[in-house]
Amino acid sequence: MDSLPIFIRAHADVQLFSWDRQIEAATRFGVTLAQVEEIALERGILPARYQRNRQAISVSDQLTMFRSSVCVVGCGGLGCYVIEELARLGVGTIVVIDPDVFEEHNLNRQLFSTPANLGTAKVNAAASRIGEINPAVTLIPVQAAFSLENGASLLDGCQIVVDALDSIKVRLELAAVCTSKSIPLVHGAIAGWFGHVATQFPGDPTLKTIYQAWESGNGVEQHLGNPSFTPALVASLEVAEVCKILLGQGTPLRGRQLIIDLFSMEIQAVTLHNNDEEQE
Amino acid sequence: MNITVKLFASFRTGRFDIETGDYPAGTTVADIADSLKLPQSELGIMMVNSRHVKLDRVLVDGEVLALFPLLGGG
Repeated sequence: MDSLPIFIRAHADVQLFSWDRQIEAATRFGVTLAQVEEIALERGILPARYQRNRQAISVSDQLTMFRSSVCVVGCGGLGCYVIEELARLGVGTIVVIDPDVFEEHNLNRQLFSTPANLGTAKVNAAASRIGEINPAVTLIPVQAAFSLENGASLLDGCQIVVDALDSIKVRLELAAVCTSKSIPLVHGAIAGWFGHVATQFPGDPTLKTIYQAWESGNGVEQHLGNPSFTPALVASLEVAEVCKILLGQGTPLRGRQLIIDLFSMEIQAVTLHNNDEEQE
Repeated sequence: MNITVKLFASFRTGRFDIETGDYPAGTTVADIADSLKLPQSELGIMMVNSRHVKLDRVLVDGEVLALFPLLGGG
């Protein structure tokens, strides 16, 4: 193992370490691709696959990203894009929770669905895809429905949770569990040409405020559907939030909700504040 | 009294983006939603003068009500 850092330094080209060499190092030293990646990043050497992450993300930021664990709850329209982007970004551990298998009506938008994998568990399809695009990332598939009962243990060890659910009831349960565990929650929801994004930091009533009028059932997505572009956009906004929070940079959507209307091409931020303030 | 109503997203379809109307004193958010045939089960964020409100909020002359549909898809 001592000679692995020497191997990495010897084969780094202008502080970049190629994928071929990463595989060679893992094989020669009997370690995982993830271990090679961490040792390189610790020495300021960037796996070459991340070179276009610079300058948005520095080498030390990349190490922070590698050591991060993000949980994505829901592996559908939003979740697939979120997972793809987190893996390409270089988030080291991604926990994916979803009980479902791919069905034909998922094919219009769910990135990991193909005619060949209909009937396959979504979380397993996600693991296969991430294994293809970035094998240095560890994806932990959990084929289960998130609930108040299992939620606290499912989120153990996660620094940030991404809401990619399709149920308002479960979103509110997820928000409650995140609050009890003091985990930031990046929320996104879509319907037709429309979507919104907000981040709930521990102690904030973000989702309760957004859904204060909700009593039961689903939103307008049940008759507006979900075309391909809306989840792609909202998922990307969610990943940008995750990236900033992991790195402690930029300005997240705290206490604000970004509302997207792709039909009128309008984006606006509204201030979220709790109900107590309203009674003043 | 005059109330300006701003509709967002799918609520605009077949209605309007923004419209100022004359409403009787004591009109609530729920009354306006009903008059626009917006099902209460589809109401998401409701704001008066940029502050979050509930359905029973009584409106005052000159206020601006914004209504967003409930979005829950993923």
